[in-house]
Amino acid sequence: MTDTAHAGHLETATGLDNRKLAIWTFIGSECLFFATLISNYLVHKETWLTGPGPFPHDAWTSPAGKVFEPIIEIPLVTLGTALLLFSSLFVVLALANAQRGNRKGLLLWLGLTLLCGVFFVGMQVYEFTHFVHKGLTLKTNLFGGSFFVLTGFHGTHVTIGVIWLFTLWIEAFRGKIPPAKSLNLEIAALYWHFVDVVWVVIFPVVYLIK
Amino acid sequence: MDAHATSAEPERSHPSVGVYVRIGLVLFVLTALEVGLYEFTYGGHAGPAGAAIQPFFVPLLLLLSAGKFALVAMFYMHLKQDHRLFTGVFVFPLIIATVLILGLVVLEAYHFAFARAG
Repeated sequence: MTDTAHAGHLETATGLDNRKLAIWTFIGSECLFFATLISNYLVHKETWLTGPGPFPHDAWTSPAGKVFEPIIEIPLVTLGTALLLFSSLFVVLALANAQRGNRKGLLLWLGLTLLCGVFFVGMQVYEFTHFVHKGLTLKTNLFGGSFFVLTGFHGTHVTIGVIWLFTLWIEAFRGKIPPAKSLNLEIAALYWHFVDVVWVVIFPVVYLIK
Repeated sequence: MDAHATSAEPERSHPSVGVYVRIGLVLFVLTALEVGLYEFTYGGHAGPAGAAIQPFFVPLLLLLSAGKFALVAMFYMHLKQDHRLFTGVFVFPLIIATVLILGLVVLEAYHFAFARAG
């Protein structure tokens, strides 16, 4: 952490900025929040009211004769995953530019981060709509419930991150994020990276492991 | 104890842009490996070799995922350079979270293997 980024913060017992410690504490609590949702998904993923089946990765016919087509679209989700990872790179590049006082670079990289975030949210909205049309809803079975709750809460976090970063982009556009205030962006970036690492876990657990 | 004793450990400067880009490329490659592993084990390109990989599929995926997680946390979230207190505040709940997930999965597996069988 640069000295300029910490300039002006109140003196603390640890010598660290309270806001940064607060966001790390929040992120720590979020680990437990997502751990409960991931556990819930893992425990219920094969719990079907009509018995377990290979769906959603492969086609499956229920004992009642209802045919469930495979609904997981790996290529689309992989693209979303890659863009979310790239957005983490873009936001650290935005932070590096903010710390150097390069406003154009800050706006460019933060703008690209926002685009990736918006694409990811759009991908999830499309996926959810597609699943509902294929017959999988929050109420279909325990798999549906735990899947939508886990990925839905993650999508909500991404949406909050997009809104947060957009407000910072506006601030940067108005020239209100000088190097001395780059900690404002660093805190938002930490939240964004956390949302990214949660997806790093969700992607293989939900989409790749059958 | 001196109130500022913990601040004696200085925070080092963040990595360079080159390091960020290299980490980004590694993350991209690891993601491609994950999807490739899936494709050759269960996906459209699955063959005899894929069947041989199946017992190692989940551990390999989790290993790749853990590698990506660690890279983002260490370099992009700056835990490698920042004060150790931040690492502690993050890692301690992360350990509890991991134990929670493993505990519930093992409990469920036990339930499937023994309890339901009577």
